Amino acid sequence: MDLPVISNTPPTPLTPSGGGCSSSGCGTAPDALGHLPDHIRAKVQDHPCYSEEAHHYFARMHVAVAPACNIQCNYCNRKYDCANESRPGVVSEVLSPDQAIKKVLAVAAKIPQMTVLGIAGPGDPLANPGRTFETFRQLAERAPDIKLCVSTNGLNLPQYADEIAKYNIDHVTITINCIDPEIGAKIYPWIFWENKRIRGVECARILIEQQQKGLEMLTARGILVKVNSVLIPGVNDRHLKEVSRVVKAKGAFLHNVMPLIAEAEHGTYYGLMGQASPSSEQLQELQDDCSGDMAMMRHCRQCRADAVGLLGEDRGAEFTMDKIDQLSLDDIDYAAAMVRRKEVHDAIIDQLDQQRATRRAMPPPLSGDSHDPENLSPAWRTVLMAVAGKNGVVGEHFGHAREFLIYEASPGGVRFVSHRKTGLYCSGVETCGEGDEVSASSIADEPESVLDKTIATLTGCEVVLCSKIGYEPWGKLEASGIQPNGEHAMEPIEDAVLAVYKEMGSAGKLADKPAESASSRKAA
Amino acid sequence: MALQIVHACVNCCACVEVCPNEAIYADTPHFLIDEAKCTECLGEYADPQCAAICPIECAIVNELGDPLNPPGSLTGIPLEKLIELGLYKAAA
Ligand code: SF4
Ligand code: SF4
Ligand code: SF4
Repeated sequence: MDLPVISNTPPTPLTPSGGGCSSSGCGTAPDALGHLPDHIRAKVQDHPCYSEEAHHYFARMHVAVAPACNIQCNYCNRKYDCANESRPGVVSEVLSPDQAIKKVLAVAAKIPQMTVLGIAGPGDPLANPGRTFETFRQLAERAPDIKLCVSTNGLNLPQYADEIAKYNIDHVTITINCIDPEIGAKIYPWIFWENKRIRGVECARILIEQQQKGLEMLTARGILVKVNSVLIPGVNDRHLKEVSRVVKAKGAFLHNVMPLIAEAEHGTYYGLMGQASPSSEQLQELQDDCSGDMAMMRHCRQCRADAVGLLGEDRGAEFTMDKIDQLSLDDIDYAAAMVRRKEVHDAIIDQLDQQRATRRAMPPPLSGDSHDPENLSPAWRTVLMAVAGKNGVVGEHFGHAREFLIYEASPGGVRFVSHRKTGLYCSGVETCGEGDEVSASSIADEPESVLDKTIATLTGCEVVLCSKIGYEPWGKLEASGIQPNGEHAMEPIEDAVLAVYKEMGSAGKLADKPAESASSRKAA
Repeated sequence: MALQIVHACVNCCACVEVCPNEAIYADTPHFLIDEAKCTECLGEYADPQCAAICPIECAIVNELGDPLNPPGSLTGIPLEKLIELGLYKAAA
């Protein structure tokens, strides 16, 4: 398969976009971008949210300036942040537009990798148009190099599409869970529309109509649109392929399927009514189905990637609200900060370019030379590995991982497949907190279930890479047919996965079926 | 004649955005309605706007203290279920 090489220079007839990368799995090459039109590809390739390569280097941040929402989703409890955009149970401190701008400018001056500012909540940005657009307006004025993004449920999108197009808005995310009002009625109990609360199938019909219209209006204005869908088993699981097809036809460049998280303690309708969440396998199957249909880069995650955490050290304490409040905007030299950002961004882009060039120069992995240990045998089967990653390296302790990155290693190379969340973040304070905060009795009752849950999310994987791992989980993982591996701590993820794959190959472990029934999805 | 915001309010601000009379203001621990300004939207809209967008049951009450959005009316969770889960308390 010949895929176009992604290049920073917009392809012209003189620089043919077809290229040397002969494998779909050359490292982290964004092969999912291959079929996109050039102008969209150019926008996406260095985008920290969408480019598998760029996200290791660039940073984005969100500010919570939009508390109100105009619809109700059955997986959301408005005591907390918008469940479309945040992990459940999170409460953000709402900032005024002025506070938000100060924070962004302060962070962007200190962390020059900052490229994107998002507004995604804690409610629906377009249900708070005043605050949202005021924030964008001020930022565009003071730091025009920073790209803006906005996420919405879509209800007010047609009304604000032109307003959005005015600002330097880089992309818009719409959460679209269905295109059939009958299905929608099972997801949305009501919307606020034309000064009334509308319920039932009618509310779903209006919401769907507005979302679709908004999507069309944005793509017509050349704005990148990503669509998110929440996979709700028994409600829209069979419907999402159709959603994928339709939103692609209307120009969405990416469709991202996220798992429903329904826990009774979050007090949502689904949580309290016992609606099941999808298993990791169900989710992956659907993501596989939809990606055959369109550009679904699974890189995008249900998270709030925070610039403050980008550098691997927690710098949150430097940017608390009282420190920001004391700050005067005059203390920040925007012009100098912008120059510095430009230098850093250019250096990163150069580095990405070089990496692409090196990969191009490498012999195609399939033309195996058995004397060269670098080569992979085409006969090897495909293996899924889970990685406790942090900032692009194998940097997380197994027991601290809130999510695992799933990679597929095959004779074609290493490919990022998906994220799988562990039970850690959603099993309440007792299990989320540091070990020593857990009371003795809860340790006695609970630890097995958390570990078991984590192991269950790794179904299908044969190896788990992490920086460190305790004795007990090691044994349990082995017993479940998953090999723990702490030997590649702090190495770049793709290199580590490849190294382990080669080790397995040399040890003759890739000749036939995996030991357990693990990943029989793909025969090599 | 005015509506009132009570303790169930989660300060989401949605009502502030839609009130035609700017009657709602931020306060601690929660938003409040200025009774001098609130008209209950009479003559302006068929429904009081704050109560039509508020996502939280029992957060907005009338002069009798009755919630405009009683338990179960917004989430669709049946009353029996709320009682079973210990989430139903008689409206304040
Ligand atoms: S859009 Fe849905 S998930 Fe987001 S805040 Fe509104 S109700 Fe919650
Ligand atoms: S009833 Fe109408 S006027 Fe009174 S606070 Fe609510 S929205 Fe404002
Ligand atoms: S809409 Fe309801 S919950 Fe939100 S601030 Fe107003 S009264 Fe409080």
